[in-house]
Amino acid sequence: MKPAPFEYVAPRDIDSALRLAAQAESMGKYLAGSQSLGPMLNLRLLQPAVLIDLRRLEEMKEVSDLGDRIRLGAGTTHAAVEDGHVPDPSRGLLPYVARGIAYRPVRNRGTMGGSLAHADPAADWVTTLALIGATGIVRGTAGERRIPLDAFLSGPFTTALAEDDLLIAVEVPKLSSAARWGYYKVCRKAGEFAQAIGAVLTDPETGIDRAVIGATDGPPIVLDDPHASPGRDGLSEALSSVDEIKSRLLRVALERARQMSSQRAAA
Amino acid sequence: MSRQDVRLDVNGRAVTAEVEPRMHLADFVRERQRLTGTHIGCEQGVCGACTVEVDGEPVRSCIVFAAACDGMQVRTIEAFDDDAVMAQLREEFQAEHALQCGYCTPGMLIVARDIVLRMPNATEADVRVGLAGNLCRCTGYVGIVRAVMRTLERRRESA
Repeated sequence: MKPAPFEYVAPRDIDSALRLAAQAESMGKYLAGSQSLGPMLNLRLLQPAVLIDLRRLEEMKEVSDLGDRIRLGAGTTHAAVEDGHVPDPSRGLLPYVARGIAYRPVRNRGTMGGSLAHADPAADWVTTLALIGATGIVRGTAGERRIPLDAFLSGPFTTALAEDDLLIAVEVPKLSSAARWGYYKVCRKAGEFAQAIGAVLTDPETGIDRAVIGATDGPPIVLDDPHASPGRDGLSEALSSVDEIKSRLLRVALERARQMSSQRAAA
Repeated sequence: MSRQDVRLDVNGRAVTAEVEPRMHLADFVRERQRLTGTHIGCEQGVCGACTVEVDGEPVRSCIVFAAACDGMQVRTIEAFDDDAVMAQLREEFQAEHALQCGYCTPGMLIVARDIVLRMPNATEADVRVGLAGNLCRCTGYVGIVRAVMRTLERRRESA
């Protein structure tokens, strides 16, 4: 299948990109790595009038160490995270998750910002960055703002971004050496989108203690009490609208994530 | 719809063309450059038949647009005739019966070569996961995996 016709522009700076998006009046789409948008355009699930290619925006590729956190440009590819070409503030969690995203040819182009903005609930960064408490840096015509990534999705493929907003970077807090994490993705074949994700993270030194389930039909669910036993963990209430098989998969994913976290601590 | 000028390097040749923005790279190399070794399977990025190299890395040519590849270096399967690693892989693919219809093979070879170069100590599990994005309907993958493992072995032996 071939896309419906569209115009293509490749601005050289962020302000131009924002202007082009505003001019397009909701008929424009930002293009990052093209790995989510490409298939949708080919299938005509989307028919934007103009594609605004972000790849010339150098600022989107910048990486910096801000002391207690690392700032990754939204244009950072999954492969760059996988290979350790960018600093890892997460004690191995981010590279581990990156390795499981789709396939290497997709990871060579797909970007963290693109994946977040696309907001497929089953995408790995959506759950992982909510777990670690990362923050999205967004620039719009009204200026720059910060959005906590555990509140980024409001529904499937729906985010807190306004129409011409551009996610320009992700700030990931640094974990201490005492941090323990577990991440389990249920999928039948390597690289597929998850059917269920369970993820846990504790860091006594920075005070993080979280359990998150992902690949539901909407935003990832952060559990109120990560250490409660099944039946008291709020999971049943959170999953009340989810079918039984999916609920079971989510419970299994969470349990395996917990096992992984304990095993890593013992190692 | 306005056409876009694009300048890129295809298999070592500088190419200039005017393209519809919606033309993806796979159609560009096949129809505009007559390089039909690159195959199209799903046009969604999941089957791997369209895999080529862009700026030295394997990429799905069906979900990147030619207009977005301005200034890049594209290598299709046709570019590897003189490549030593590809020659070894081709020998092993033949010896291990790693192809029948050949439709998946160009994409398999591009990805296999990348695995061999990036992960010289890959285990069979690593190879299977690395090839997970390349679907084959004929062989059941056994010969393909054996061919890649043999290539890795040979390269370690001669290192």
